[in-house]
Amino acid sequence: MYKIKYNMRKSLKLMTVLFAMALISCGGKEEKKKETFSYDKKEPKTETTTKKEEALPPSKQVDLTNKGVGPIKSLTLDANIDQAMVIKGEEVFSKMCTACHRTDKKFIGPAPTGILERRTPEWVMNMILNPEQMVKEDPLAKELLMEFNGSPMANQNLTEVEARAVLEYFRTL
Amino acid sequence: MKNKFKLSIGLMVAALAFTSCNNSSSSKGALGSSIAEKVYIAPGEHDSHYAFLSGGYSGNLLVYGLPSGRMFKEIPVFSQFPTNGYGYSEETKPMLETSYGFIPWDDSHHPDISQTNGELDGRWIFINGNNTPRIARISLTTFETEEIIEVPNSAGNHSSSFITENTEYVVAGTRFSVPVPQRDMPINEYKGNFKGALSFISVDPDHGHMDIKFQVLMPGFNYDLSHPGRGKSHGWFFFTTYNTEEANSLLEVNASQNDKDFIAAINWKKIEEYVNNGGGTMMPANYAHNLYDEATHTGTSTMKKEVRVVNPSEVPGAVYFLPTPKSPHGVDVDPSGEYIVGNGKLSANLTVHSFTKMLDAIEKERFDGEAYGIPILNFEDILAGSVEQAGLGPLHTEFDGQGNGYTTFFISSEVVKWKLGTWEVLDRKPTYYSVGHLTIPGGNSRKPFGKYMFAMNKITKDRYLPVGPEMEHSAQLYDISGDKMELLLDFPTHGEPHYAAAIPAEIIKGNSKKFYKLAENEHPRKATTGAETKVVREGKNVHVYMTMIRSHFNPDNIEGVKVGDKVFFHVTNLEQDFDVPHGFAVIGANNAELLIGPGQTRTLTWEPKQVGVWPFYCTDFCSALHQEMQGYVRVSPADSDIELSWSLGE
Repeated sequence: MYKIKYNMRKSLKLMTVLFAMALISCGGKEEKKKETFSYDKKEPKTETTTKKEEALPPSKQVDLTNKGVGPIKSLTLDANIDQAMVIKGEEVFSKMCTACHRTDKKFIGPAPTGILERRTPEWVMNMILNPEQMVKEDPLAKELLMEFNGSPMANQNLTEVEARAVLEYFRTL
Repeated sequence: MKNKFKLSIGLMVAALAFTSCNNSSSSKGALGSSIAEKVYIAPGEHDSHYAFLSGGYSGNLLVYGLPSGRMFKEIPVFSQFPTNGYGYSEETKPMLETSYGFIPWDDSHHPDISQTNGELDGRWIFINGNNTPRIARISLTTFETEEIIEVPNSAGNHSSSFITENTEYVVAGTRFSVPVPQRDMPINEYKGNFKGALSFISVDPDHGHMDIKFQVLMPGFNYDLSHPGRGKSHGWFFFTTYNTEEANSLLEVNASQNDKDFIAAINWKKIEEYVNNGGGTMMPANYAHNLYDEATHTGTSTMKKEVRVVNPSEVPGAVYFLPTPKSPHGVDVDPSGEYIVGNGKLSANLTVHSFTKMLDAIEKERFDGEAYGIPILNFEDILAGSVEQAGLGPLHTEFDGQGNGYTTFFISSEVVKWKLGTWEVLDRKPTYYSVGHLTIPGGNSRKPFGKYMFAMNKITKDRYLPVGPEMEHSAQLYDISGDKMELLLDFPTHGEPHYAAAIPAEIIKGNSKKFYKLAENEHPRKATTGAETKVVREGKNVHVYMTMIRSHFNPDNIEGVKVGDKVFFHVTNLEQDFDVPHGFAVIGANNAELLIGPGQTRTLTWEPKQVGVWPFYCTDFCSALHQEMQGYVRVSPADSDIELSWSLGE
């Protein structure tokens, strides 16, 4: 036993030295280093239309019946967009939401562009006004939390009027 | 089944037997009676009272719940507090400025809650810094120190900080008399030359801002403690004195020669009127006034250059001495304002003066002499009564609003309940050990809430598991709603709590701020959106305008900083939700971290000394991605020509 152990240790030491030498010989230029491993890394995103429907991530799923959980029970949108409200909504969005949301692309959270093609207005407002309960009780919000890495939707304590204005702004995106 | 039934019957009988013991005996401890239930606050439930205990040599103020004895918060006041960066961040450093420069520590003693009509209104709490004389005002909405004013001509700011019944003044008296103005002179010429300054600091009724209205320059005694008159005695203030011998050495012996010292009665309304008519003298002084602006989240320190002083002889009829036996420590005024209790700490008796008799004696000019021109009243003329042989070494008295006083006795280590008017002792309970102050919520106001009383003990010894030669001090909570006091709970405190103030929770809990509104943030270097984040070089100073939200910093990659630069991280927490602070720490910072409340901006200064790429991170576990909340600053050699750049997610 002892002998074997000893030998193993010896060869381990040798391997370490060799490995260290190999590393040193690679030194110098630090830029443009190749990634040295690729274990279980996500592939760079390439949108494929061939994916099956059930494989759609929650952010892409369409659910136009779920109103979510929260203070907004029913909301009918006027056919015309209220421009004054849009201006107010854009202002609120840029102040309170842009730390985590970009209008045109996924950032920390999803992009709101086209959101009303996928969600009910009530769901959107409840997600803004009541995120803690939404991610616990609304199945879609729950899945979204996982899709976005467990990054929570922060409750920025918008008033209902402010959240409604943000929603109106989303209609213009 | 049958057996089980029998067993449960048996248990019920046993339980009944135990229950029946409750009224007859409280000596069985928590298990033998319902004492445990009296202090048990179920998970998620709230305590009924807030208690604010001074931190003594921690320099801070501690917030506890009653009856549970749970500690909720340590509010930094006079001491740097690395836990949240108070006294280290650029915004809070000015709060600790004094005429002696930046002072990172003090000894905090006597908190007192603001009052309206003699009742606790719960707007602010004041506390004194003893060593480098200062008074602080703490907001009871943000639970942050908002203002600190230094007290000139004072030394050992001990008979402080007590509030008049409409918070007209917070009063600060000197313990040590000193030369006024300070000058180079032989110590042994103390007698007759040193002065004791009693400061009346006005409090703005809207903002609470403090300003020294006047100082009364008293004879060179030691002014130990004080309390305002209330109700009928509103307009007067009472200070205990010791060392009326004016000894300057070995006070342990030399300051205990006189059989009686004095309680100084000051008619502050009379002096206020004199001052309002231009009385008193402006004397040159140098003292700091530090004010925290809630909108800019920033403290500023201003040096004030003069103070108005009044010599008692200028205002006849404004100051009298009430002879009081045996070096009185605390002076306490009952809720009606009639009784002024002198706790003669080397005595077995409590002396109680009558305010009515005092006024009568003054009117009839029945004086027993004078000291430095101040009339001394005749002890027998003003005495309301004394509580005889109540214990050894009385220190402090509070009131329950039911006609009873509760006095701590240091030497005999007990609290004694006695009746106002008849002066009979009703009950006594031991304390463990060597009690100093005691507190009843509102117990030094016109409206005490006499359900609980807690004693703050100086010596702990065997009450808790030993933790080396020095133990944290211990407080003990008593139920005083019955005829007899009942000891409910021991709880450890932090530092050395001297006095404490307590208040029913409903008076203040609804006012507690949940977050700082970003829309109201007027910090000059805030960044409230990504568009406002930037890094700006001003010579060797690099200002980083940074935001934080769950769970990233913006920017989180910064390059172009050089060795020898001074980097100011101005970090704004964009969260707008209750209790979502973030921390900010950077490797090798020679100060502390920042703990930044939701909507708040704080600045940490960092002076990188080594070339490299250095991380910063959030110290307060904020979300599942808290460990990802980090960033890097690249520090290049001093002569590097790398331009400043910053980014997030690129």
